[in-house]
Amino acid sequence: MRRALTPVLLVLLMASAVGLQAMRERGGELPAGQAELLYVRSPEALRRMSLSYHSLLADVYWIRAVQLYGDTKLGRTADRSYALLYPLLDLTTSLDPNFDVAYQFGALFLAERPPAGPGRPDQAVALLQKGLRAQPDDWQLHQAIGFVYYWSYQDYATAADWFRRGSRLTGAPTWLGPLAAVTLAEGGNRTASRLMWQQVLQTASDDWFRNEADRRLKQLDAMEQLDLLTRVVAAFEAGQGRPPANWEELTRAGYLRGTVADPTGAPYRLKGGDVSLDPRSTLLPLPKEQGSRP
Amino acid sequence: MSAPRTIATVAVSVFRESVRDKVLYNLVAFAVLLMAASYLIGQLTAGQDIKIIKDLGLAAIATFGLMIAVFIGIGLVWKEVERRSIYSLLTKPLSRGEFILGKYCGLGLTLAVNMAVMVVAWYAVLAYMGASVSAEVRASWGAPATDLGMLRAVGLILVELMLVTAIALFFSTFSSPFLSAGMTLGLWVIGHFNADLKNFESVVDSRAAAWLAHGLYYVLPNFSAFDIKQQVVYAQPIPAGYLATTALYGGVYIALLLVASVAVFSRRDFK
Repeated sequence: MRRALTPVLLVLLMASAVGLQAMRERGGELPAGQAELLYVRSPEALRRMSLSYHSLLADVYWIRAVQLYGDTKLGRTADRSYALLYPLLDLTTSLDPNFDVAYQFGALFLAERPPAGPGRPDQAVALLQKGLRAQPDDWQLHQAIGFVYYWSYQDYATAADWFRRGSRLTGAPTWLGPLAAVTLAEGGNRTASRLMWQQVLQTASDDWFRNEADRRLKQLDAMEQLDLLTRVVAAFEAGQGRPPANWEELTRAGYLRGTVADPTGAPYRLKGGDVSLDPRSTLLPLPKEQGSRP
Repeated sequence: MSAPRTIATVAVSVFRESVRDKVLYNLVAFAVLLMAASYLIGQLTAGQDIKIIKDLGLAAIATFGLMIAVFIGIGLVWKEVERRSIYSLLTKPLSRGEFILGKYCGLGLTLAVNMAVMVVAWYAVLAYMGASVSAEVRASWGAPATDLGMLRAVGLILVELMLVTAIALFFSTFSSPFLSAGMTLGLWVIGHFNADLKNFESVVDSRAAAWLAHGLYYVLPNFSAFDIKQQVVYAQPIPAGYLATTALYGGVYIALLLVASVAVFSRRDFK
């Protein structure tokens, strides 16, 4: 009798646990707890505490950095400041100084302008310089520093200098030298930017980099389209003496054919004669250009 | 029966006992961990899946092995005393030295079999991951997914675990399991801080303290020397001389501990 009761009791208890879980969930979530914490910030202390598990712990911190970046970017965290991003990347690369991807991706994350990133190109350069201290002959780190100077600081002379230094290193691709020359001569223009991202798209060994290069190229396409649409709107305004109310009006007047959407498929916005990306477009924020409005 | 045959008989019985005690069940845990990780890592991180699986595999092999070495090592002698089977064993044509060496070799065999299976499973997961990406992605890796050079780290992990086993066995010849586990794990932790002992003069003013630390650096087992996991994952060159010296260092230390274990156990009175 007792033997037969045991499975029944187990099933009943399990069912009760599942029921209580569901009941609690229906009651709503608790308010978001404290922001993510980093208990150990000293790379040296962590290195010692990790005994012989440096690499594995570096992987754990790397995953935390990626998750923090992704969650903050998607607005899943209470704190939108990315404050822990650099400390996490610093710990990752201190535990494993050869962690190339942590330097390269980390720099991209750090340099990204708000709200897509913390907008800290200084930290991006510091992280990459740290990588260069561990691997002085890594051309990819030179290229990455050049990228930060190019995109975030619009300092094309320094960017070209980093590309040139990287092009002299063993294993550097043949296009890095010409890229340095183009950057120096035409830095800031879209042709140079397009050349840079096309090379990245063709040579990237990682899906993340490939997707990022693809997104950057789409941003450049969108910028070209925005310029074209602004000219079309200006032409309409010159003819009609007022800006168009919407895209349909432009189409009816024969200025446009078909729908106007950015390369991701999000419709462009037209308001008071100003053309812009849809605020929900994944291409935002667009990169700053030399002489462009902030 | 000759001494080697006697030792082999004891060793095989230790191995059988560990199989009976379901020690090898950890292999299932290892396989599940690796397979789950290989699936989840791709979802959690941007790139580097293969590096993470290499790191995770090596760390798991070392950790599972350490747990077996410590928690079975401390019970090798103690269990026989506790169950009072030591009395009947010592009446057999078996010297105390043969008993200790047999016990040690048995656990060594268990560890080696355990590690061999884990390494095969690990390489299988790596081969699968390597085959599931494009040739361009594979070409960008610093080392192939199934780089056999990683076996050098596995070899040194085995030597390290054999040293841990010898320490656990030594403590188990005269101490309780709880204390033996504490002291073995304590020595293992201290052994990873050896570099600090060597450079102690840079943090203290006392010359005597610096000399003492320097002496401890040479006397205590240097476990950090066995750790080349990070280097093999990046396929960095490791001089053959380093591998040979480290393996020999481990062998000499193991011999020292086994001689000490036999000496202590031979003097132990079971009346």
